[in-house]
Amino acid sequence: MIANTEIYNLTVNGSKHEVRDAWVGESLLYVLRERLGLPGSKGACEQGECGSCTVIMDGQAVCSCLVMAATAIGSEITTVEGLTNDGTLTAVQDAFITEGGVQCGFCTPGLVVAIEHLLANNPEPTDLEIKESISGNICRCTGYGRIFEAVATAVSTRNAGR
Amino acid sequence: MTVLVPLTLKEALIATSANPSAQIIQGGTDLMVEINFNHRKPTDVIALRRVNEIRNYEISADRSRVTVGAGLPYQKMEHGELAELFPALAQAARTVGSPQIRAAGSIGGNLGTCSPAGDALPVLSALNAIVNLHTATSFREISVHDFMLGVKRNARQPGEIIVSTTLPVIDGWQGYAKVGVRNAMVISVASCCLVVDRNVGAIAVSLGAVGPTIVRCRETEAWIASQIDLRKVSAVAPNLLKEFGDRIASESKPIDDHRSTAAYRRHAVATLSRRLLTRANTQ
Repeated sequence: MIANTEIYNLTVNGSKHEVRDAWVGESLLYVLRERLGLPGSKGACEQGECGSCTVIMDGQAVCSCLVMAATAIGSEITTVEGLTNDGTLTAVQDAFITEGGVQCGFCTPGLVVAIEHLLANNPEPTDLEIKESISGNICRCTGYGRIFEAVATAVSTRNAGR
Repeated sequence: MTVLVPLTLKEALIATSANPSAQIIQGGTDLMVEINFNHRKPTDVIALRRVNEIRNYEISADRSRVTVGAGLPYQKMEHGELAELFPALAQAARTVGSPQIRAAGSIGGNLGTCSPAGDALPVLSALNAIVNLHTATSFREISVHDFMLGVKRNARQPGEIIVSTTLPVIDGWQGYAKVGVRNAMVISVASCCLVVDRNVGAIAVSLGAVGPTIVRCRETEAWIASQIDLRKVSAVAPNLLKEFGDRIASESKPIDDHRSTAAYRRHAVATLSRRLLTRANTQ
């Protein structure tokens, strides 16, 4: 049993972070952004509809706004900041730039994390699998066409690099 | 405020018995929305997400029933063995939210919240599921029909944990259909689950989002069973199909709300139930 009151630890992007003096009902999204200095995950709907707060938790893409942070103790959390640790871009991030998959950019971190999660589990997804995997990520700018092109480019870059 | 994260069911049950009024959180996809919007501010929380014992399913030795852990994410019901045994449950699971929601949401959460729009609930109703409730010292089984009491009201007592639900494996046809404003990421405006038991020639029809809780259409079930032989797969005459939908609609109890109107919902369940009966008798 793990009990959390005033202070608890989260494992984010491979390192332990101490959360102190927080209200333990706070969402993981809030704690990441406001307490741990990781503002890459975006907050918009706060009800799991927009996907802009998507993070990887124990190998699953989840909405961090729907995770009570104090219950995420012991879980491995990866945010968009942790996709690479040397300042370079992943093939997915690079493809978003080259294919013009970014307009206002607000949905981009959530989409990038969702697509990284897809490709980690399914390196050669079908069009339907790609659409399904980002069906929980809303983009109001691009109309998704360039995002699908970015996924296609990322798939070929990744698979060429194998 | 304290958040407890038990790692075993035993720890979870001891924690709930010690603090029966604590808020239980499963996947968080309902509760965290209420917390994020300041609609609820729980003082003590018991989180079940690390209790692996309730994130599995177990098929009985004679394969006549399956006990599905309350915390098993919908994602695990979409494909594979469970989907083959319960196609309607798989169809319902695939319509829940997005992949992110289906990685977190579970039947236990659906039952705990007990919203009439809960996607798994019409399936549990049509299958006559049993809900298994535990405390640290006791255990009881309750029919899902008795468990669901009203809008976000259920028969769970303080100190109890919804541990699993037991579903009978039925030889026949089953399907689930739902209307929402778009294809992905949608809360149902109306939904329907239809199950035909070919061995005994019985049918079960349950409706979601058209009443204070799931509506089971027992009068229509008895009527259609008297009109056609449900032990055989044979096309349903158009006049019977029409009357079937009309009767289903008249058993529903929808309201006008922010998601739709009562009139549209009645129309939707008539159409969905006709479609499902047609599929049942052609597949």
